[in-house]
Amino acid sequence: MATVPQQENHSYLGAPYGLAAWLLTKDHKRIAILYLISITIFFAVGGLFAAGIRLELTTPQGDLWTPDMYNKLFTLHGVVMIFFFLIPSIPAVLGNFMLPIMIGAKDLAFPRINLLSWYIYVAGAIITLAAVFSGGLDTGWTFYTPYSSISSETAVTTAAIGVFVTGFSSILTGLNFIVTVHRMRAPGMTWFRLPLFVWAQYATSLVMILGTPVIAITVLLVAAERALHLGIFDPKLGGDPVLFQHLFWFYSHPAVYIMILPGMGVMSELVAAVSRKQVFGYGFVAFSSLAIAILGFLVWGHHLFVSSQSIYAGLVFSIITMLVAVPSAVKTFNWAATMYKGSVTWESPTYWVLGFMGLFTIGGLTGLFLATMGLDIHLTDTYFVVAHFHYIMVGGAIMAYMGGLHFYWPKMTGKMFSEAGAKASAILVFVGFNFTFFPQFLLGYLGMPRRYHAYPAEPIWQVLNVLSSAGASILALGYLLPAFYFTYSLFKGKAAPANPWGATGLEWQVPSPPPTFNFDEDPVVNEPAYHYKPRHEVHVNG
Amino acid sequence: MSSSHPITPVSTYLITWISLFILTGFTVYVASQDFGALNTPVALTVAVIKATLVVWFFMGLRYNTPLIKVTAVAGFLWLIIMFGITMSDYISRPWLGVPGR
Amino acid sequence: MAKPSTALRPGLGETSMAHSHAASMGAPAHTAHAAHDENPNLQHHFYSMDQQLEASVLGMWVFLVTEVMFFGGLFMAYIVYRTMYPTAWIESSHELNVYLGGINTAVLIVSSFTMAMAVRSAQTGWRTGQIFNLIGTMILGSTFLVIKYFEYAAKFTHHLVPGPHFQAPAGMEAIGNQMQIFFALYFIMTGIHAAHMVIGIVLMAVILVMAWRGKFGPHYYTPVEVGGLYWHFVDIVWIFLFPLLYLLGFHGGPGA
Repeated sequence: MATVPQQENHSYLGAPYGLAAWLLTKDHKRIAILYLISITIFFAVGGLFAAGIRLELTTPQGDLWTPDMYNKLFTLHGVVMIFFFLIPSIPAVLGNFMLPIMIGAKDLAFPRINLLSWYIYVAGAIITLAAVFSGGLDTGWTFYTPYSSISSETAVTTAAIGVFVTGFSSILTGLNFIVTVHRMRAPGMTWFRLPLFVWAQYATSLVMILGTPVIAITVLLVAAERALHLGIFDPKLGGDPVLFQHLFWFYSHPAVYIMILPGMGVMSELVAAVSRKQVFGYGFVAFSSLAIAILGFLVWGHHLFVSSQSIYAGLVFSIITMLVAVPSAVKTFNWAATMYKGSVTWESPTYWVLGFMGLFTIGGLTGLFLATMGLDIHLTDTYFVVAHFHYIMVGGAIMAYMGGLHFYWPKMTGKMFSEAGAKASAILVFVGFNFTFFPQFLLGYLGMPRRYHAYPAEPIWQVLNVLSSAGASILALGYLLPAFYFTYSLFKGKAAPANPWGATGLEWQVPSPPPTFNFDEDPVVNEPAYHYKPRHEVHVNG
Repeated sequence: MSSSHPITPVSTYLITWISLFILTGFTVYVASQDFGALNTPVALTVAVIKATLVVWFFMGLRYNTPLIKVTAVAGFLWLIIMFGITMSDYISRPWLGVPGR
Repeated sequence: MAKPSTALRPGLGETSMAHSHAASMGAPAHTAHAAHDENPNLQHHFYSMDQQLEASVLGMWVFLVTEVMFFGGLFMAYIVYRTMYPTAWIESSHELNVYLGGINTAVLIVSSFTMAMAVRSAQTGWRTGQIFNLIGTMILGSTFLVIKYFEYAAKFTHHLVPGPHFQAPAGMEAIGNQMQIFFALYFIMTGIHAAHMVIGIVLMAVILVMAWRGKFGPHYYTPVEVGGLYWHFVDIVWIFLFPLLYLLGFHGGPGA
């Protein structure tokens, strides 16, 4: 009874093998692996661009790159990390793999569309890489007009088309998840028995389908404007560049929640598993995901405080922005309350959980500073903003992604990784992250603007910048380490039991790795999510 | 079996079609007259009625589940959010009376 | 009103989540299908034809929401510039041909009717009806595109296509740039709408082949139903484009 049979040809990994079988697969689990490989490549590419930025800023003179080159580095860092890593990361990898299993379905509702969305992602990525090699891109990831539509001499059109195409990958994933959650749940899997990860993915998918089409049409307008000088965003020809900012942030602010909401979902799973407790306030955590998704659409104007946006609109945006803190705080407090008096164990996911909670809290609270219009005018486009959103995106979203990847790795691959390596990686990332980005809060408050390749040779500015660059190298080590122990685990790792963490949920009751159709017998759910029993009653291998 | 929606009588489709024709003629006629500020509201009201007819009868929304009704409405609700909030900026820009703000 | 089919499924027996992996030693997964619907059009991951149809229909509606938002960005630009430049908007609208636009509206409405009839014929299993209505829909869609082609051609000869060759009509030079924005939006909006029509006609061709082979009947008509939803949506976009672009300055008459 202790082990589950691991027949090679039974698991999804063993069944028809070979490149063609993988590239034409309709299995959501294999598509998740395809995404995992592709986004890992882009994470590395984006990381290299970041390394270029940090290297330049170790000295005040701006002597490593030309200003043009530096502009391209930070632009491509942003474009690659946001569109090709963060947005697909948790939904397309962990969501794709786990969501159908969690709700007791054999696959997503539209397996062919799921595969199509990966191909669209790859096509968009290739077009964007073509832009990188045909002159790069120097507009910043925000493509602000009129610079992007008139002045920039880089490959804006190609990159815009790349982003346009990639958007459809995101739309199709969101569509697939929404229909799957509505129509594919197993008998007994009611809405309030859904794992909170599924709630978070559902909320994310809503943002994906409601927001992404708007950025698609917006970048298309920029491309058309560049080609024909229509004047839509050109003030010389009667256009309003701020309209671009409205349309852009109508998607791109909610896109922040596309990146962090799935992370919050992963956190709910991990917190419950490492504390062996029901998530505190399940309903509140579930609905706070929806609240964030909806409120997220009402606040985009806080990116426009220093544009020609009306001050009255700015005031309203400022107030609504602060409201977003409420559902976010609900989640954070509920995770803390879940851990309180739980039987917390020091396994590797625990380290990522704690890292996330600390960093996300700092990131969230500094967001309130920026939501305050008066203070934001001082802090706009300084390193304070950079530090704030890296605390959310790296400290929050990537921390959660890494935590989730460790948590689900045994399920996805059927292999156990090195616990010691994983803990070392989590600690390195946490330490390196804080060294990298905390000094940037101070730099921003001192007034260092973002996107400049040189800065005044004040000692304090250089000290903080060097600290930041040094921290970035620790951070890089922290991210490199998993590459080694994960790869090692694939070849030499111990076979994973069905439920290595003693967690609840359908996904931990199927073998690791799961069979092609997930369940050999159709599951029926008869208990709520996170039905944890005291530790001594749990058969860890069972 | 496939009970998604019952079969609509041909007469319903015919009536919908003729109504759409009449409304199109009406909207062209109204546009040819000058009602001043009312022209656009009238044209949009007719367009909304026509769209509703298509959605309700041709697309069979009336037979669909509440979920699909909500989905159909959600798209238009989000459009209104986008239009409303963006226009709140454009409309209130001149209020302060300071050039450029 | 149909119930969500997740509520009830036949043939599940006593299986509970606690037993599910004990069963993994047993038979291969696909034998589980035997308990399900026997229709050859049922994909492996669905339990029943009902569930499959409902998933596809919901999927199409959700897709149409994304389409609404896609066109929504353009309507947003339209609203902003119309508020800013009301005169240029009216003057530009005079340059469009209300009669051709009106005829196209009628053509699309008829095509929506034939589309609805095609879906109905699929539900009743009337193959001839499916074929005639689908062909009718495709012909009407193509008619729309041909008329649109003549409208576009006229804009080219009048130098009203935005870009380096754009020339404001005589007497309108002062608001030429603003009119160019109108025509930019006109071409992008109607152009993307026309692209949707082309995709729709291709979809209809695919569905026509399936109908020809007699695939549709009371038990399976998902592709017609879903394709129909798409077609009607494209019609609805035009229902809004027509008054907003063509009728805007109609009452003044050309050149008023």
